[in-house]
Amino acid sequence: MTVADRVREPRQTTSPPVQPRPRRVGPPLVMSAPAMAFFAFFAIVPLVGVVILSFTTWDGLGTPTWAGTANWAGVLSDPVTQHAIRLSVILTVASWLVQCPTSLLLGVFMAGRQRYRAVYSVLFFLPLLFSAAAVGIAYKSLLDPNFGLGTALGIDWLNKDWLGDPSLSMPTLVFVIAWCFIPFHSLLYQAAARQIPPSLYEAATLDGAGRTATFFHITLPQLKNTIVTSSTLMIVGSLTYFDLIFVMTNGGPGNATRVLPLDMYLRGFRSYDMGGAAVVGVLLVVVGLAVSFLLNRLGGSSRMDSQMDGL
Amino acid sequence: MRARTQRPNVVGGLVGTLWLVVTLVPIYYIVVTSVRPRADYFTSNPLSIPAEPTLTAYREVLAADFTKYLVNSVVVTVATVAVTVALSLMAAYVIVHNRSALSRRAFEVLLLGIAIPIQATIVPVYYLIVRLGLYDTLWALILPSIAFAIPISVLILVNFVRDIPRELFESMRLDGASEWSLLWRLVTPMTMPAIITVAIYDALNVWNAFLFPLILTQSADKRVLPLSLWTFQGSFTVNVPAILAAVVLSVLPLLVVYAIGRRFLVSGMTAGFSK
Repeated sequence: MTVADRVREPRQTTSPPVQPRPRRVGPPLVMSAPAMAFFAFFAIVPLVGVVILSFTTWDGLGTPTWAGTANWAGVLSDPVTQHAIRLSVILTVASWLVQCPTSLLLGVFMAGRQRYRAVYSVLFFLPLLFSAAAVGIAYKSLLDPNFGLGTALGIDWLNKDWLGDPSLSMPTLVFVIAWCFIPFHSLLYQAAARQIPPSLYEAATLDGAGRTATFFHITLPQLKNTIVTSSTLMIVGSLTYFDLIFVMTNGGPGNATRVLPLDMYLRGFRSYDMGGAAVVGVLLVVVGLAVSFLLNRLGGSSRMDSQMDGL
Repeated sequence: MRARTQRPNVVGGLVGTLWLVVTLVPIYYIVVTSVRPRADYFTSNPLSIPAEPTLTAYREVLAADFTKYLVNSVVVTVATVAVTVALSLMAAYVIVHNRSALSRRAFEVLLLGIAIPIQATIVPVYYLIVRLGLYDTLWALILPSIAFAIPISVLILVNFVRDIPRELFESMRLDGASEWSLLWRLVTPMTMPAIITVAIYDALNVWNAFLFPLILTQSADKRVLPLSLWTFQGSFTVNVPAILAAVVLSVLPLLVVYAIGRRFLVSGMTAGFSK
């Protein structure tokens, strides 16, 4: 019963008895029940389940048995996982350093209304149509040391074993991941840059500000919220990214690209140590949620809060 | 705007053109290699246009059950998107128009869901699916995909349902319309652009999803397209034109959608993330 119902009730007594039953105002909660049920069962239950499973021994077939903190001690002291944590941090930082400035510049560029920029924007979008599996497979053959790009252009520098050389495989992955995701982030920046009031630029130009000054004093500050949103997605995305790395290197050569999500998959679904995989899963959940909330706080106005406004 | 277009932006133009090359070279390579005769692959320059382009690779891929995987992908995507959109619209209507504390709390929990990295929950999701006896069925892909698509879909739709003038609801209620008919006759038509956007966003994610199919299905009967690309890679090891033809075929449906409804696809990609 809402306030509105209660206010209306006295009126009911004065109306004729044939009046239909008192009307609820607003849709019944039950209408949101199916969505909540799906979400609770397949998203919240796994969130709790990953914590529980991290304290069990399970090979993926039988019944999990209680293992106490054995998985935690084992995984956290395992040099493979420690290496994976380092790799994930490196991948995340490197991805952010490559993707953030590039997509910001591209987004601002795409925000211009010139015809050629519109044509560019149409083409920039294309990588978003490819699945990670498709991109991984295509790049594997494109980067093939014998039949790939290195042999095409006659440039010696390009002729390397990009995925097979342990010192090159990580930078190569950073590049290919950037190829996949920069289009998405530049779309965010494009939309945000188009919302900057032109009057700001006109005023700056009248004051004699050059293009560089305008960029640093108007464009960048105006894009602050988008930088926070986009960086959050980039950082959480890189920490938990799996598909492309699995297809391109499967963690190799050796363990050179065995980042945390891959470590989790290989533990659970290749070595049948689901308990250990769940430990890594918990780490990913905690780090992912922590980064999201931390960056939201740093950004001042969070996307989630602003979406709640006016409710 | 005028102030900005007075001089050509050299830096922007350079960065843009450089990125255009970076974007297009791999795509160009995929297309030319897919029509290159298999024997030429090992001898000719990988970026040259084939002297005798052929569709043999495409025929080989189509002969290798490609259409079956395509059908699986279509079934999973359509089912997931239809259920997600319907349930999310219902939830969004309740969240905006039912002012009880419970509905508010539900929305906060859903918002938390956006920040959960799906990858991190594969072990318990696998456990659930095995226990439910759904392992290696298309349901194993559809049900969790719906659950993980719901939070962002609700968030986007809430912003649009909120924009419908409240007077419209009042007047239809006075006319005796039930809440379900309000949902169907008022909310649905008024939010149609948002529904299309959400549907495209969800469809793109499900269509390209790789991790759930990898861990929740096994047999060739239940294989979806991205997973089939990965297995093609195993079976066609030395037939690179065929592998890349499969890549082209997997992108083709999305390319058609992009060509027809670019506006919806672009807004779908960024929906919920831009202010």
